Amino acid sequence: MVGALDRKLVRDLGRIWAQTLAIALVLGCGIMMLVGAQATEQTLRDTQAAWYERHRFADVFTGVSRAPASVVSDIAALDGVAQAEGRISFGAMLDLDGMEEPATAQVLSLPQRPGLNLPLVQRGRLPAPDATSEVALNEPFAEAHGLFPGARFRAVLNGQLRELEVTGWVLSPEFVYTMAPGALLPDDRRFGLIWMPETSASAVMDMGSAVNQISLRLSRGADERAVIDAVDRMLDPWGGTGAYGRDRQSSHAFLESELQQLGVMAAFLPPIFLLVAAFLVNMVLGRLIALERAQIGLLKAIGYSAREIGWHYLKLALAIGVLGWAAGAGFGWWIAEAMIGLYADFFRFPFLIRSQGTGALWMGAALAAVTVLLGAGRAVWAALRLPPAEAMQPPAPPGFSRGPADRLLAWMQFRQTTMMIFRSILRWPARAAITLIGVSASVAVLVMSYFIFDSVDALSDTLFSQANRQHMTLTLADARPESAVRDAHALPGVTRAEGAFAMPVRLVNGHVARLSALQGHFPDATLTQLVDDAGRVITPPEDGLVIPETLAAALGVSPGEHLRVEMLAPPRRVLELPVRAVIQQGLGQEVHIAAPALFAAMETAPQVNTIHLSVREDQIPALHAAIKTTPAIAGLSDWSDLRRQFDATLAENLLAMVSIYTLIGALIAVGVVYNAARIQVAERSYELATLRVMGFSRLQVGYVLVGEMMLLTLIALPLGWVMGYGLAQGLVTTMSTDVIQLPFHISRRTFGFATLVVLVAALGAALLVRRRLDRVDLATALKARE
Amino acid sequence: MSQAPAPPVFRARGVTRVYRTGTVAVWALRGVDLDLAERELVVLLGASGSGKSTLVNILGGLDLPSEGRVFFRDRELTRASDRDLTLFRRDHVGFVFQFYNLVPSLTARENVALVTEIARNPMRPEEALERVGLSGRMDHFPAELSGGEQQRVAIARAIAKRPDVLLCDEPTGALDSATGVQVLAALHEVNRELGTATVLITHNAAIRKIAHRVIVLADGVVKSDTVNTTRIAPEQVSW
Repeated sequence: MVGALDRKLVRDLGRIWAQTLAIALVLGCGIMMLVGAQATEQTLRDTQAAWYERHRFADVFTGVSRAPASVVSDIAALDGVAQAEGRISFGAMLDLDGMEEPATAQVLSLPQRPGLNLPLVQRGRLPAPDATSEVALNEPFAEAHGLFPGARFRAVLNGQLRELEVTGWVLSPEFVYTMAPGALLPDDRRFGLIWMPETSASAVMDMGSAVNQISLRLSRGADERAVIDAVDRMLDPWGGTGAYGRDRQSSHAFLESELQQLGVMAAFLPPIFLLVAAFLVNMVLGRLIALERAQIGLLKAIGYSAREIGWHYLKLALAIGVLGWAAGAGFGWWIAEAMIGLYADFFRFPFLIRSQGTGALWMGAALAAVTVLLGAGRAVWAALRLPPAEAMQPPAPPGFSRGPADRLLAWMQFRQTTMMIFRSILRWPARAAITLIGVSASVAVLVMSYFIFDSVDALSDTLFSQANRQHMTLTLADARPESAVRDAHALPGVTRAEGAFAMPVRLVNGHVARLSALQGHFPDATLTQLVDDAGRVITPPEDGLVIPETLAAALGVSPGEHLRVEMLAPPRRVLELPVRAVIQQGLGQEVHIAAPALFAAMETAPQVNTIHLSVREDQIPALHAAIKTTPAIAGLSDWSDLRRQFDATLAENLLAMVSIYTLIGALIAVGVVYNAARIQVAERSYELATLRVMGFSRLQVGYVLVGEMMLLTLIALPLGWVMGYGLAQGLVTTMSTDVIQLPFHISRRTFGFATLVVLVAALGAALLVRRRLDRVDLATALKARE
Repeated sequence: MSQAPAPPVFRARGVTRVYRTGTVAVWALRGVDLDLAERELVVLLGASGSGKSTLVNILGGLDLPSEGRVFFRDRELTRASDRDLTLFRRDHVGFVFQFYNLVPSLTARENVALVTEIARNPMRPEEALERVGLSGRMDHFPAELSGGEQQRVAIARAIAKRPDVLLCDEPTGALDSATGVQVLAALHEVNRELGTATVLITHNAAIRKIAHRVIVLADGVVKSDTVNTTRIAPEQVSW
């Protein structure tokens, strides 16, 4: 049996369905982002945890020049180490059918009985332990080239051209995110992973039983820092390149960085939507209760308690909350599904453990309830306090009175319809403020959403137009004398060649240490430049270091102070160098030094291990062919291709992202303006009908309504710009990870586009409501008094 | 009609208005004929539901008859578009309502200026307010004025455009007798001094004597149409 009050509730909801929907959508947007981000994050986290656990992903990793197998056993015996495993790893250049440019690969030896980082066979089988030319490939690479089990391809392994046979496709917890060393984006066509039986890998590299990579798993409760220090000490005589934990393991670090950003999104945007929704509930319910004053008086007069009446209106608010929550949860799952699909392009998991974001659902339900109840609270409280006799009287007419603002308005000599707009705002400042805050929140959300593209643009511009103007970069297998640059210049189509030198180092300040790369900058280099986030070209001083801000902060050093620099490759010296400058560096954590200073410290002749090239387009195929057969070259990055990929990846998602952001940002403006305008029409239909009767046209009467909304929107714009700027700044700070620091850059285009979207949305909503004025029957509007 | 025949301002023939809501049809007017002469003050009497307001709304271009024709001078209102009716109201008609219908956010002067800003040949708002005896209250908002004062602002607003006709729907309906008389006096004076043809709806028979002519409506038809041979001044009316 549904009570009379509940029937009233359902009918009330039906009557204000459009307003209810507008609020529910704003609320739903907040819940959607919360549920979507958390369901995605939880799915990825659960999947990651299961994948790591089942396939024994190592905890600590290190490279070494050449260490005997006995060292691995010694490491395994260290306190806190549960298991250690050594392997051989080296780079290879591949020659694949149907691919003119060379592909590169990292070859990994496969122990007879692997105990860590276990590859999972997705197709075919692992190579037989004693087979000399059998290999397994990582699935994405094999897929990209159609290299099915049984297929053969050619590879240059340690300077020898070999033919290899594919036995199977595998995935590994070490390579959820696969990027070639020095690359900026994953490229499954140009970079692959090859698992080769231990014996044949060892034969190729002439390693005997020695290894050059060691992974270890820590025992429960072990101190990672202590183990890393012990391993480093132990490997120092064998040319250890510095042990590191999962946090510095490339695949894991990228995945973590992405998960962190998801978490930030879940924390940043939803509160704005919930806040606006609370304001809207307050606005609409306040209006409804004002309208039902007499009914409330009557209900009290016939014996309903204040509690029953209060609960009646709270149920109305809760109904809006439930609607918003259900819509938000539904769309949240849908968004999560879409995002997980998007991530599947970059992160390769053999399986997915789906999470519905149950925690987020409950949290969303609680937040939705709190939101609507907070919004409803004041209005309902006001209704409860009305004595029944007073409640049944019509409310007193709005008491306008003259204030200082009126003198100003009179002096400005506006038309009376414009005066009506100003007076309405001045008379109901709280209501105008809600509209103002709501619309500026909409602008802010849009600015914050679009600015990401500006930052990525700025990053891309620095990266491709300023820092890297070379066409290609060759990575050499080993450091070579400077004459290698002249050899590279002799390759087909090369118009300019410049050498560069980088060395793995450990930076130490007191008891804080970080692994990094020391990048030597040659003074006459023009193809590559050191550029900071603001686009300034930085020339490393004659002595001392230039280091990125995040690294300086981690190490606790400032310009003028000294850092210990331990070289992790021959000649393995330890230097004390002054920090000369700290810069904002968007990508990477490498440290910079002038090349002459570096070689002086190393006491060696100048060397190079990468060569940047400028080439003639028409000679590229010939150059590719030459590179494929040059054993000294271990890898190749094509910067123009990289830029194409970068832009393509961005463009692929740009339209969808911009559309979604625009939709949710505009939704706030629509929800706020629609509700505000509906209330205006309901309260002032009588006044506006009078204008029509006196001979004002629809346009002129519509101006009073739409004009007020648009005036508030215009005032809200600058407020929204400032709010958006602040939010964007906060977002950049919280989203920055070791992997990537987005430069803070907002273009005028972003402000302009956010402004345009909000103006159009607000105008659309106001005009939609204006149409209701046409339906007001003039003859009856004049007679009826509320 | 015994007065010298003047060309009519309004000419209505066979005006019928049926309101349909669902299956119910309500006949508000059933074939009303009516002429309104220049400078004439007509009182329209009738019980509630007799069709007075419907008739005035149709004359004022707020509503259209279901059947019949209405002319304003030589212009047929029953064929006018929504836009034409808006312009007709703007240029020719002044309305006064029972509940004043002032814009609460505008002062007395500004409520009048609302109309003078869009009219073709208006008087100054101050002049209109002086005519109704409100020169001292021009900068007050409606909430700061008494009912009678509010209604006089409404009259000032209606006459400021120098309309050809003044249509008043129960202008004293919400007022006590003494205040009502002040409002009637203001209307009477406008009719006399400006010569504005005036239709005054009331269900208060005491007011009939101030008119040139009294038309009584009942059940949507004209029941009687009487010319007052002797008129009295509004100040002599009481109820």
